[in-house]
Parts: sequence; structure tokens; C-alpha cells
Amino acid sequence: MLPPDEPLAEIACRVNGRAVRGRAALRQTLVEWLRADLGLTGSHVGCAHGVCGACHVRLDGAVVRGCLVLAAQADGATVETIEAAGGPEEAALRDAFVAHAGLQCGFCTPGMILQAAELLQRNPAPSREAIRDALSGNYCRCTGYHAIVDAVEAAARALRGPAATA
Amino acid sequence: MTPARFAYARPATLDAALDMLAREEEATPLAGGQSLVPMMAMRVARPALLVDLNALPGLDAIEATPGVLRIGALARHAAVLDHELVAAEAPLLALALREVAHPAIRNRGTLGGSLCLADPAAELPACMVALDATLVLASAARGERRVAARDFFAGLYATARRADELLLRAEIPRAPGWSPWFEEVARRRGDYAIAGLAVMARREAGRIAALRLAFCGVEAAPRRLPEVEAAVIEGRDAAALLPGLLAPLGSAEAPAAYRLHLAQLLLRRATEHAHAAA
Ligand SMILES: Cc1cc2nc3c(=O)[nH]c(=O)nc-3n(C[C@H](O)[C@H](O)[C@H](O)COP(=O)(O)OP(=O)(O)OC[C@H]3O[C@@H](n4cnc5c(N)ncnc54)[C@H](O)[C@@H]3O)c2cc1C
Repeated sequence: MLPPDEPLAEIACRVNGRAVRGRAALRQTLVEWLRADLGLTGSHVGCAHGVCGACHVRLDGAVVRGCLVLAAQADGATVETIEAAGGPEEAALRDAFVAHAGLQCGFCTPGMILQAAELLQRNPAPSREAIRDALSGNYCRCTGYHAIVDAVEAAARALRGPAATA
Repeated sequence: MTPARFAYARPATLDAALDMLAREEEATPLAGGQSLVPMMAMRVARPALLVDLNALPGLDAIEATPGVLRIGALARHAAVLDHELVAAEAPLLALALREVAHPAIRNRGTLGGSLCLADPAAELPACMVALDATLVLASAARGERRVAARDFFAGLYATARRADELLLRAEIPRAPGWSPWFEEVARRRGDYAIAGLAVMARREAGRIAALRLAFCGVEAAPRRLPEVEAAVIEGRDAAALLPGLLAPLGSAEAPAAYRLHLAQLLLRRATEHAHAAA
């Protein structure tokens, strides 16, 4: 809890398609504000200093660390969290993560899905190495990553259609 | 992991930003925040006033003039990595940026932030030295000032930038005929380099005519090594010179002797490549 005399910033932005006005402590990060004030708890706070990737959100269309952006910096911006990430890439990834056991505890999964979706938007047929590179900043402490790479590969195949599934 | 209290401003013009830096002694520019925000979270950095540069117009421009490629300080790593002009005029940066952090950090982190932070392991400062770039700074009191990259990096997290200055851009000489080489050793893709080497070489009539190189991760700051460059050009054993010339950093993970070994290994690979391509 921050003290009651904490300096605040006014924020007006779009979050998951909705216009939002609010206040955040100046020293609050974007992910903390999304979770505590907007109830969007899909982005997780893992390391809180940029290493683990559990806090990923989309800021003006690009996937970023939610713990390395101040809430005040979201003023005027467009933010998207896993709760609203419903594009074809995310849908295919969600199914593939389940089918391939790409998650166990699930803490890292929202960050993984957003980062993998950005990869698939740019590269519809990534190699396993390219998948590992793209997810190099997302820590998973359960799966050993292999199943995650399988899942992203399978999602990419599914998105490319039946011809690619063989 | 809550930072100490700070004041925050997001100026809309360069003049306003420079005024803030001139007036407030402990004002600190905030670019991508990919190093400064974690440092604040750990309270290694405690700025009194954060001057957020993200609303400054045009500071992220990437453009070519007849003589140089200009990359604005606020250009994100991801934008530089993907830019056609960079691929054409400074491909060394694209080679190195693949090794810089992870996609989400590259989406936000900036060229200027990396150069002003001057982490000894960072790739981009070494590239700027190898590219013979010029860094353009500005302050309210003194206007613009140009510093050669080789004079900018002064030591561990230390640069020639004064507290009231902003880095505006890097200017990289357009150099047809020069080709780049970059490699590093890191624990995983995206980690800071334990040791890395940036090289620019120009070939003429089947031999290396000119060469510039700079290590990252090895010494406190990147610098040119003229004796080593000459040895590579003349085909002498350049790696044998490194023990006498380098003052490698040491850490628990990578002792000085290991960094020296990696520096020699990288230099041998680069030399082989340069001669094979010549
Ligand atoms: C997990 C992780 C891994 C990383 N791995 C690497 C890596 O492998 N290699 C690497 O090089 N980097 C790495 N980084 C750091 C990343 O590249 C940062 O983006 C970069 O170091 C700083 O850029 P920034 O724009 O985020 O700067 P900020 O964090 O905003 O600022 C950094 C410093 O520069 C100053 N500054 C910024 N812009 C200006 C300006 N225009 N004028 C004057 N001063 C300015 C700030 O005041 C501050 O002191 C990593 C970061 C993380 C979190």
C-alpha cells in the first residue's frame, strides 16, 4: 500500500477497446495499475524488474513489459491485455497450448501467448529456433519450454491451414 | 519493488525538455525505461524528476542525408532492427540488435537510452565506435555539441554526456564498400554479452584495406585498438596482442581470464572471416 499523500497522475487511455479515465500513483507501473485499479489480473507480476515477461501487455500495438512502463505513461495510449486478446493468433495459440501441455501453473502463459502472437503475425512459419528466440524473454518454471515450442509450432501450422498440417 | 518517489513531466518540445534538465539538478531523462525503470525499482537510481522523452516529436526519426545515416535517440531497437535504411547503410546495427535483449524490450528500448546508459556489455556502444559514428548532444545553455563515439564512452556507465544534455541522434557515415561482422558469446540469446566484437572492414583488390573494431563486455568501455586493427590488416597474429592491450573486467560468472579468452576467440573468427571474404 502506498501512503495516502502519494503524488498521482491523471490517465486517460483506451484499455481493451474501452475509454478509461483514472488516477495512478506516479510510481505505479502499468501492470500494477491494470491489475489493482481496472481489475485486469490476466497480466501477472513476476520479477517486477523486466526479466520474466509475465507482465506483457500491448501498448499502442506493440508487446511490452507492463512492469517497465509507468502507468502515467499510458496516458493517451491504447492498451490491450490478455483478457481482450482475441485475434486468430491468440485463439490458435490458446488451443495449441492446451493440446500440447504448454502450460502447467499458467503464471507465464498470458505473456507467452502475447509474445508468440506477435511472432506469428510477423512470421507465419517460424523455425523452432525462431520461436525460442522470440520467447527468450519469457520465463517458464514448469514446462521446460519444449512443450511451449511445440504449441507455438502447432498454432502456426493450424493458422496456415490444412495444407500445412500434413 | 516500488521506486522511491519522483516527480514526472512529459514535455512536448525539445526546448521544454532541455529547460527542465537545465533547471533541476537531479532531473533524469526517461526514454524506453528498459534500464532506468528496473534501476528505480531496485532503488539503484533515485531521480528527483523524470523527464519523459516519449512525447518529443521527431526524436525517433531514421533518415539518410548524402553523407550520413541519422538515427534519432528515441528510435526503438525494434524499429532500427527492421529499418530498410539501416539494412542498407549500417547493417552492423541489424546484426548486433538481434543479440540485444528480447522482442518486448526491443519494442520499447531506444538507441539513445542504450548509448547514454553505457553498460559495458551493451552491443550498441561498441557498434557506434566501430562505425565511427558521431553523437549529437544538446543543452539549453550551449546548444548542440558533436562528440565522436570513440570519445563518448568514458568507462563503466560513464559517458561524455553532461547532466543538462540530451542525446539527439547518432550520425553514421555512409560507407559503401565497408562490410560488417558481429558476434558475441552470451548465456542465452538476448542476454547481455559476456564478450562481443563489432568489426567494419573495407576490402580492395582482394585484400583488407581498412578495418575498425571494438569489443563489448570485455573492458569497461568500448574503444578502438589501432595495433590490433593493423595486425589484422597485415595478416599478423592479432589475437596474440590482446593480453598485453586489454584490461578485461572480471565477475563471478565470467572472470577476466575467461573474457580475454573469448575476446581472442572472437577476434580469430572475425579475422578469418575478413580474410576469407577479401
Ligand atoms: C531483461 C533485459 C535484457 C536486456 N538485455 C540487453 C542486452 O542484451 N543488450 C543491451 O544492450 N541492452 C539490454 N537491455 C537494455 C535495453 O537495451 C535498454 O533498452 C537500454 O539499455 C536502455 O534504453 P532505454 O531506451 O530503455 O533507456 P532508459 O532506461 O529510459 O534510460 C537509460 C539511461 O539513459 C538515459 N537516457 C535515455 N535516453 C537519453 C537521451 N536521449 N539523452 C540523454 N540521456 C538519455 C536515461 O536517463 C538513463 O540514465 C536489456 C534490458 C532488460 C530489461
